[in-house]
Amino acid sequence: MEYLLQIQNIVKKFANHVALDDISINVPNGQIFGLLGPNGAGKTTLIRIINQITGPDSGTVLFDGKQLNPNHISDIGYLPEERGLYKKMKVGEQALYLAQLKGMTKSEAKTKLEYWFKKFEIEGWWNKKVEELSKGMQQKIQFIITVLHEPKLLILDEPFSGFDPINTNLIKQEILELKEKGATIIFSTHNMSSVEEICDYIALINQSKKILDGPINEVRDAYSSNLFEVQFKGNMIAFTNALWTGYELIEQREEGGINKVKIKRITKHTTNDLLGAIIPHVEVISINEIIPSMNDIFIDKVNEINQPEPIKVNE
Amino acid sequence: MTVFGPILMAILLLGVFWLGMKESNERFVLVIDENQGVLGELQDSDGITYDYQDLSFEDAQRLFLASSYTDILYVSPNITTVDAARLLFKKQPSATVLRTIEWRLEEKVEELKLLQRDISKSDFYKIKTSISIKPAKFTQKGEQMEIIEEASAVGFVFGLLIYMFIFMYGVQVMRGVIEEKSNRIVEVIISSVKPFELMIGKIIGVGLVSFTQFILWVFLTIILFSGLQYALFSDMFEASNVMSQMQMTPEMMQDMAPHMDLAKESGNPDNLINKIPWGNALTMFAFYFLGGYLLYSALFAAIGAAVDSETDTQQFMLPITMPLIFAYMISIFIVQNPDGPAAFWFSIIPFTSPIVMMVRFLASGEGGVPLWEIGLSIALLIVGFIFTTWLAGKIYRTGILMYGKKVSYKELWKWLSYKG
Repeated sequence: MEYLLQIQNIVKKFANHVALDDISINVPNGQIFGLLGPNGAGKTTLIRIINQITGPDSGTVLFDGKQLNPNHISDIGYLPEERGLYKKMKVGEQALYLAQLKGMTKSEAKTKLEYWFKKFEIEGWWNKKVEELSKGMQQKIQFIITVLHEPKLLILDEPFSGFDPINTNLIKQEILELKEKGATIIFSTHNMSSVEEICDYIALINQSKKILDGPINEVRDAYSSNLFEVQFKGNMIAFTNALWTGYELIEQREEGGINKVKIKRITKHTTNDLLGAIIPHVEVISINEIIPSMNDIFIDKVNEINQPEPIKVNE
Repeated sequence: MTVFGPILMAILLLGVFWLGMKESNERFVLVIDENQGVLGELQDSDGITYDYQDLSFEDAQRLFLASSYTDILYVSPNITTVDAARLLFKKQPSATVLRTIEWRLEEKVEELKLLQRDISKSDFYKIKTSISIKPAKFTQKGEQMEIIEEASAVGFVFGLLIYMFIFMYGVQVMRGVIEEKSNRIVEVIISSVKPFELMIGKIIGVGLVSFTQFILWVFLTIILFSGLQYALFSDMFEASNVMSQMQMTPEMMQDMAPHMDLAKESGNPDNLINKIPWGNALTMFAFYFLGGYLLYSALFAAIGAAVDSETDTQQFMLPITMPLIFAYMISIFIVQNPDGPAAFWFSIIPFTSPIVMMVRFLASGEGGVPLWEIGLSIALLIVGFIFTTWLAGKIYRTGILMYGKKVSYKELWKWLSYKG
């Protein structure tokens, strides 16, 4: 199955507003999919629909080719943004209970839990009450509980919030490992740098509509501004002449004897071509393509939609 | 608490009874009798000493506080025509003491009246009548069932217990729902189970706890109560003891004879245990408690789902608990009038029936409530809790994921129409 999850034309309205307006997204199997969007865009609603916590007003969701139904519950793992566990229950007991809710047998769950506790080096916590642990520890426990039953689809809502950099890294590694083992992961976040690091595909939702989606590289290329930054020593004029009509000078400054310029590529040439053109004339210190960050793309696209319509004047 | 509860209750109750019944000190009564010696003097008896003094009432009052008298008994003049006497006390006398003094005085006044009308004492006692009517219900089967007074008291207590338990456990359900909502675990759980299942699970779970506690309490209370009671009260309840407390003269004993049977019957632990249909009563209790609990706990669950914290529950708690409180309050009247229209209607309506039917059943004596009425009440109760569970399910489903919104009744009404 190429796509593990096929979300087709989902519409969801609440009393006063539309949460999801004809959303269609395909999540490829075995990949890490980033679900992005500003607060209030509709991400949590969509996630709840996938988890069968609420139902759509219209549209369908196909899981592994079949219509989403309660049998799929054991194939999905969900880490909600608002974390929470029963405070007065012991960690081990609670994890076993939640694992069994997802369809595991008690002995299976116990074995797997022991594996994870060992992995995270937290064996000592088994008999502690949840309220005795710090927030970060609780979140680790919750992460384990989410992945325990080895679901085909993992949905993580802001998985890194609340973690210090070391634990954030730990979780990132775990996510990658889970992907290696064949899981498909959807994760929703505002942490753009993590998106750049581990996502294969992304979709951006704003104001209940999907604005863009696709493999992350393609998205980047599509939004690539064809900007290059070049640092060189030498004659500015010679440099500018050396540029063919294929490039436009955008910006230049000089710092400590080094010229730093931003140029925009107009026609299709490779970086090698550019180098070939300027090396004879100047001493190149560094050259790199300015690749737009997901952060920038996010902000641009969201602002674009948010621009008010220009007022038309009757002539 | 499960084990200590009944032990504590039993000790408290019995302690209260025992202390209450214990007589305090000797009474030293200053008697001011303005009938110029025509009335005979009251005889001293256990604990009460009468001291006749030739003083005016005002003088007596003046020296009262400084004296060692505990009371002043003032017998007004012309006591045979005006039945008036007053007792001023430093420390309130018990009802028993008061009654003793009354009877003694009555006896003396009666003697005087007889003398004035030239009637002999024996004639007098032959005329004096004391009829005690013992009501008995004539049932459908043509049997005669006596009314047991203790049963009413027990019925009232049972009604009270049901009221308390429904409240206690209903609130526990509500708290559990609020906790799950506020620590967000509800989102994780309802990605695995339907909200309705979660709600029902909680109601059943708390219900089972309550049932276990109830059964434990019943056993412990029975054991403790019977044991302690016979130890403390067996002497107090024997008729002879009662009489020595009442301090009666032989004539009074004759007078009292027909009343004595009754006195022996009420307040008799034997009656408490044997004459009340405990088997039926406990079955009814179990059923009505369960039904009432299911009905109300669903509503409590709905409240818990609608709010964000316990402080917000106030606005919803009152209307929901009003029928319960109301039922408890009118039980007082039901006890006195178990066959009246109020009793009938409120033992049928599911919101009040758990308490009212319980009281009614015991206050009416065996076979007192027609079977068809009990059947109707039970059927309606079942319909009642199915209805409230359905209603609560709809509210619960929407409410547990909704945060931050201050919920009004209008809002709740809207939730009823949301799809799953």
